[in-house]
Amino acid sequence: MSGHGSDLHDAPVAPQHPTLEELTERKARTRQRVAANNETITVSMGPQHPSMHGVYQAVVDLDGEIIVRTRPGIGNLHRGVEKLAENLTYHQVIPLTDRLDYVSSFAMNHGYCEAVEKLMGVEVPVRARYIRTIAHELIRLSNHILWLGVHIMDFGAQTFFLICFRDREYILDLFEMACGARLTHSYARIGGVSKDLPDGWVGKCRAVADFLPKRLAEYERLITVNRIFLKRARNVGIFTAEDCNQWRITGPALRAAGVARDLRKDEPYAAYDEVDFEVAVEYDADVYARFLVRIKEMYESCKIIRQCLDNLPDGPFLAADAAHVLPLKKNVMRDSAAMVQDFVHVFRGPQVPKGEVYRSIEVPKGEMGVYIVSDGGPKPQRLRLSTPSFYHGQAIPAMFEGEMLSDSVGIFGSVDIVLGDCDR
Amino acid sequence: MTDLIFLVVKGVLWVVVAVGMVPFIIYFERKFAGFFQSRVGPTYAGPFGALQSFGDMAKLLSKEDLIPDWADKPVFRIAPYILFVPAFVTMALIPFGPMGVSIFGHKVDLVIANFDAGAIMFLALGSIAVYGIVFAGWASNNHWSLLGSLRSGAQMVSYEISMGLALVGLFIMAGSVSFVGIVDAQAGNFWNWNFIPQIVGFAIFFVASIAELNRAPFDLAEAEQELVAGHMTEYTGMRWGIFMFGEYVNMVVVSAVIATLFFGGWRPPFEALEFIPGFIWLVGKVLFFVFMYMWIRWTLPRYRYNQLMDIGWKVFLPLALANLVVTALIVSVV
Repeated sequence: MSGHGSDLHDAPVAPQHPTLEELTERKARTRQRVAANNETITVSMGPQHPSMHGVYQAVVDLDGEIIVRTRPGIGNLHRGVEKLAENLTYHQVIPLTDRLDYVSSFAMNHGYCEAVEKLMGVEVPVRARYIRTIAHELIRLSNHILWLGVHIMDFGAQTFFLICFRDREYILDLFEMACGARLTHSYARIGGVSKDLPDGWVGKCRAVADFLPKRLAEYERLITVNRIFLKRARNVGIFTAEDCNQWRITGPALRAAGVARDLRKDEPYAAYDEVDFEVAVEYDADVYARFLVRIKEMYESCKIIRQCLDNLPDGPFLAADAAHVLPLKKNVMRDSAAMVQDFVHVFRGPQVPKGEVYRSIEVPKGEMGVYIVSDGGPKPQRLRLSTPSFYHGQAIPAMFEGEMLSDSVGIFGSVDIVLGDCDR
Repeated sequence: MTDLIFLVVKGVLWVVVAVGMVPFIIYFERKFAGFFQSRVGPTYAGPFGALQSFGDMAKLLSKEDLIPDWADKPVFRIAPYILFVPAFVTMALIPFGPMGVSIFGHKVDLVIANFDAGAIMFLALGSIAVYGIVFAGWASNNHWSLLGSLRSGAQMVSYEISMGLALVGLFIMAGSVSFVGIVDAQAGNFWNWNFIPQIVGFAIFFVASIAELNRAPFDLAEAEQELVAGHMTEYTGMRWGIFMFGEYVNMVVVSAVIATLFFGGWRPPFEALEFIPGFIWLVGKVLFFVFMYMWIRWTLPRYRYNQLMDIGWKVFLPLALANLVVTALIVSVV
């Protein structure tokens, strides 16, 4: 994995925060051991279970309420996206990426397009980079808000779920205005975005970015200091930085273990190197720390959106690169060059150099990597997606071991898995 | 003979009122849940959706009554009724007006059974109701149900004791364990009610009653997010409906018990308001506590079951004992 070698032991850890040794010791203390010859019962959590997100299946062996071992089951949502992509041109793959992590579909479009642009060497216009940054942070907000509602509902608080859904609507409305779709956006294009921002969008987006921090403060009043939630979430599901490294856990769960790794900062893409934001880090590596990291990230996302809106430059929203980029639809019937360009792209596909490329970006759930092998044709010879949910899903047995059944749903929620992303 | 007729009339009326209240309490729960969650709740069936529960009942009655092959069938069939019946029996103990009222020239006590050990009886019946859940879970022969019923049993053991002990201080003050005697001891204005001197006992009893009723944040036996539906996983149709119905009847009854023990029962808050019948005051107080249960349910996350038992044994039991000792000292000195 690209750049995954940052030495976890050297990660900046302030003295008051627990060290890796302390955390490992705390983890051993909170996990319960059972005698190996105890009789166990086996229950299948999922694929039809109220709190297994999507169609994940965890077959757990229980000794009383303590989980002895877990066998994960994935693949119920396998659609063969990687294979399908081999028979589609680079443009046609974009709608498929929507269906990976359908909760944050723009981030998936974005990751794919970044990789293809790196392969083709397309220069994305500044305005498009800013629009992508805004859209990416909006989808991060949307993903985290949905996650928050579902996560708190896993702990039994039903009302919070709908409060979160209400606030997610504002973000979906913005996407609907910008690209016409609420869930599967397909907004990113190779070389930019599909449409320019409509009139009035900037003002509405700014209103949402100003309004959401107030709602976040309200969430915090409801949840962050809720005694029951604290009791359920603190020192539960500890997964240290070392464990995260071994299981390739990325994103908020890794940052909750005290590792300040965020590709937006470490390997900037879009306009992330031009905005000022902080990487949210927590040090306790438990369910509560993961919750706090995501809350902090939401505040930072609002900050990034506001900065991008303030500095949003004018200019084209799609690169003028006839060999790699689709022409604007309105020009196709008026301009002969655009018509030829459209014809070539639709019937043959873009001109792609031979080679292979790996590009990873920070999507809301973790690091999403795209690996493309090109044989010079208009279709990828091989497309390989490395999506965070797959790696998080495989770590679930290690996270569950020795925890109580009641906590398993909270732990499962805290790593944030979407099965479309996992099974592909 | 006339006594018997009055007894039957009282019994039928009380049951009709309680059963008639339940569909509307379910309706209100759904409306309140909608209100808390920025939704509207049921709107289509009847005016403002008020007949929603009757529609649900018709649906449940017309559904197939499935009993799994691997279930212990007689126990599986009887379990819902074990939960359902004690709630109605408890209702007989609750006074809804003064004793010896003259109606058509007959002296009538406005209580179905003026039982000397009423409060003890209530605790005993509450323990029986738990068998319904335990039997349901065991007879279903399903792992989720089994876990739910085990949790319910553990919860019952940890909470019944604190619940009973929380009441002992009150019994000492009232000098009686019958509901009629306890209500009489609270005669006068609202500052004579038991909840002021027995505020600790009330708090413990109220929280323990949430656990007793299997409602959030202590709905561990059902625990949708963890155990699918706990002890009710294998139940369908009206058998499942009876479980739900029983839980709501239980909620009405426990609210009535709280009102009777701590809030003066059928007595109005001021003596000047005695022209309003006691029955109305009692129903008003019941609805208030039912609303409290709903409010709590739709607001809080759920406790883990070992944390619940920690609270039961390490907080409530010592507190209830301390409350008992302090009350006993004060009563014996004053």
